[in-house]
Amino acid sequence: MSTPILSILNLTVDLPKGGDRPFAVQDLSLTIAPKEIVCIVGESGSGKSITSFTTMGLLPKALTPSTGEVVFDGKDLLKVGADEHAKMRGSQMAMVFQEPMSALNPCYTVGDQIEEMFQEHTSLPKAERKARTMTLLEEVHLPEPARIYSSYPHQLSGGQRQRIVIAMALALDPKLLIADEPTTALDLSTQAQILHLFKELREKHDAGIMFVTHDFDVVAEIADRVVVMQHGQIVEEGTAEEVLNRPRHPYTRLLIDAVPRRTRDQRDLGDGEAMLKVEGLNKTYHIPGSMFKKARDVHACKDINFKVRPGETLGIVGESGSGKSTLVKCLIRLEDPDDGSVWVEGKNIAGYSRKGLHPYRKMIQIVFQDPYGSLNPRRTIGDQLVEGPVNFGANRADAMEKARELMRIVRLDPDALNRYPNQFSGGQRQRICIARALMVEPKVLIADEAVSALDVSVQKEVLKLLNEIRDRMGLTVLFITHDLRVAAQVCDNLIVMQKGEIVERGTVDQVFGAPSHAYTRMLLDAQPGKGWEVPDVSKLPPVTV
Amino acid sequence: MTDTTTELEPVVTATDQSKPLTPRQAMVRRALRHKGLLFGSAVILAIVFIAVFAPFLTEHDPFKQSLLARMKPPVFMGGDENHVLGTDALGRDYWARLAYGARISLMIGLLAAVISGLIGSTMGIMAGYFGGRVDTVVTFLINVRLAMPVVLVALAVVALFGGSLMVVVSVLGLLLWDRFAVVLRSATMQVRKQEYVAAAEVLGASLPRILIKDILPNVMNHLIVIFTLEMAHAIILEAALSFLGLGVQPPTPSWGLMISEGKEMLLFEPWMITIPGIALFLLVLAINMMGDGIRDVTAPEGRN
Repeated sequence: MSTPILSILNLTVDLPKGGDRPFAVQDLSLTIAPKEIVCIVGESGSGKSITSFTTMGLLPKALTPSTGEVVFDGKDLLKVGADEHAKMRGSQMAMVFQEPMSALNPCYTVGDQIEEMFQEHTSLPKAERKARTMTLLEEVHLPEPARIYSSYPHQLSGGQRQRIVIAMALALDPKLLIADEPTTALDLSTQAQILHLFKELREKHDAGIMFVTHDFDVVAEIADRVVVMQHGQIVEEGTAEEVLNRPRHPYTRLLIDAVPRRTRDQRDLGDGEAMLKVEGLNKTYHIPGSMFKKARDVHACKDINFKVRPGETLGIVGESGSGKSTLVKCLIRLEDPDDGSVWVEGKNIAGYSRKGLHPYRKMIQIVFQDPYGSLNPRRTIGDQLVEGPVNFGANRADAMEKARELMRIVRLDPDALNRYPNQFSGGQRQRICIARALMVEPKVLIADEAVSALDVSVQKEVLKLLNEIRDRMGLTVLFITHDLRVAAQVCDNLIVMQKGEIVERGTVDQVFGAPSHAYTRMLLDAQPGKGWEVPDVSKLPPVTV
Repeated sequence: MTDTTTELEPVVTATDQSKPLTPRQAMVRRALRHKGLLFGSAVILAIVFIAVFAPFLTEHDPFKQSLLARMKPPVFMGGDENHVLGTDALGRDYWARLAYGARISLMIGLLAAVISGLIGSTMGIMAGYFGGRVDTVVTFLINVRLAMPVVLVALAVVALFGGSLMVVVSVLGLLLWDRFAVVLRSATMQVRKQEYVAAAEVLGASLPRILIKDILPNVMNHLIVIFTLEMAHAIILEAALSFLGLGVQPPTPSWGLMISEGKEMLLFEPWMITIPGIALFLLVLAINMMGDGIRDVTAPEGRN
């Protein structure tokens, strides 16, 4: 191995007093060589972002590195002054953030923003700056570089914006590139392209790449070496092949074990009557025009038909803009469908007026994606759980009794009912949301990306809980997700949506095993880590730590 | 970058072994540590105390004139013990007028802020929650209101209907709702988008219930801050109107009126204008500090 471009030695970063642990990062050592992609994997709170921020000199003021050194290009970054560090950022080390929306300034064209990198760090003449910018745009495979050059960020898609951010990072040919969850906010197909771009960069440039992620599939796709972090410490380090297939540390094993498998046991559901039947559902959004814009119609749901039997889990898969969310909103009647019917137990939910709907609202309940936004921070858990039954005429004391029982079912302490949401972690909140939905004894439960925001190990628990509750209560579950692995693991049947239409349907094996529609094939193809067979952790030889 | 925030602000989870404070305890603790809030509340409490117990704090009648004892200087400027803060041009005890005047200032501030708060927050919350046409109408009304110069309108109304206390309070109450409406409109728009509102709707909650249980508590800290700001604003405007002779009418003891009456003596007896001026300054400062303090203490982002 060549000389490392970055070597971190025994780095410790203190947390302010009163935190849940004394150090954000403790005694951390790692090296990154040129032309190497090192993935830092860990769940939220593991200190992976703090590591990258320390290297970039972007730590929040409350945190200070107390010991250790970060040697970059022969210099200890912890000792250089803020000004010098700022000069090195951009020219010698660059960073790509998670959110391409907020990483670009909406007031300037992207061309200007890339050129600014040259302006700031070099004395190139204007023509040369522009020429280099165009080369960069081509290098990150943006179509029509000339048009993109003079576009504003809002005119570009998320994937294109992320490419611009990467182009900016590459502008001065840095020796170190730090990417902090650069594909997490992107759609599957866009993610595949960006990951491909990173692999290409590794070949073309000499930069070492520090790639922070939580997703083992992404690790399998691009990593040369893997560093696994937990509670601010490195628990395992090795080549990607080693760590992914023969993890040694119990925590790594736990994480890998939590990665959803692409296979599942087939369940026999029998030929029961449909519990939920959707027929010919349409929804069009009318976007009114203005002086300069023509009015236009967005057909968010086109003629949607499907049925789900009792106890079945139907997965609805699609990328952003596929109409999944609109469909869900029509089913729970937060939006009114234009036409079509939604039958639950012989009642057409789509047919009632807002008022007439009230008694039937409880038949379909929903668990949302964001565990932080879906609980009211100003009301106790108990108050929010009894909300449903009380609205449907139940006595508050009875409802509270039921809430205690449901808290036990979702494996939370019933005494926690008088706490506020901010005292719970993301996974716990999501379980509270499940309990809240179940309080009114729905027939159909919609999980709208309900596990997407959770760490893998928490995700695994919540998925298990959902399956358990489904079997115990005979629920029908609609599982909306963009994650094909999760879909494959929990769903019986699948629907693939694209641009408001169902393009493919069938059992998981049919859809994933023999996809008939080009879009499904594209989605499957875009999945990262296809070549990685998740090892069965229980069969690995035990290792003493 | 969700994970960095969790790293920076370790939350007390339900599984935490050390006994976590209840939100109320944590709030009380933050309140006791907030110096601005403590100072503001202390000053306001003192002024409220003076206003309520004015008859017990001075034996003088704020209306009783004594032409023999005109313009006596306050104690610290060589006056006698009988009139601690001196007397005004008509020989009325300055301390008594200041203490009774606090009643007027506080009442005007409170009433005007309550009236405008009711109008403004209703409009703002409606506009933010329903959007669409309701929003267009409310935004139009806000713009109309913002186009009207408050002092000018107040002057015109007072000139038409006379300057009684009730007229001043109603005019200010009907004019100062714009900030309530603007701020609560945008705050409500943000809360409206939260999934817990959608969840409440799906759980069959009625509209009033959603507004009271889900929207209002989450815009409450904005409401409190604007309330204190507008209270201070109303007090200053009353003083300005009284100064111009169109607010509270003599001989009612009002701080604005005292400043107005003192201005004639500005060059000879500057303390006549300084004393009510300092009182007004302290009250408005304290209200603003308390407002900021309440915001800091109750804001969810301050909760950890």
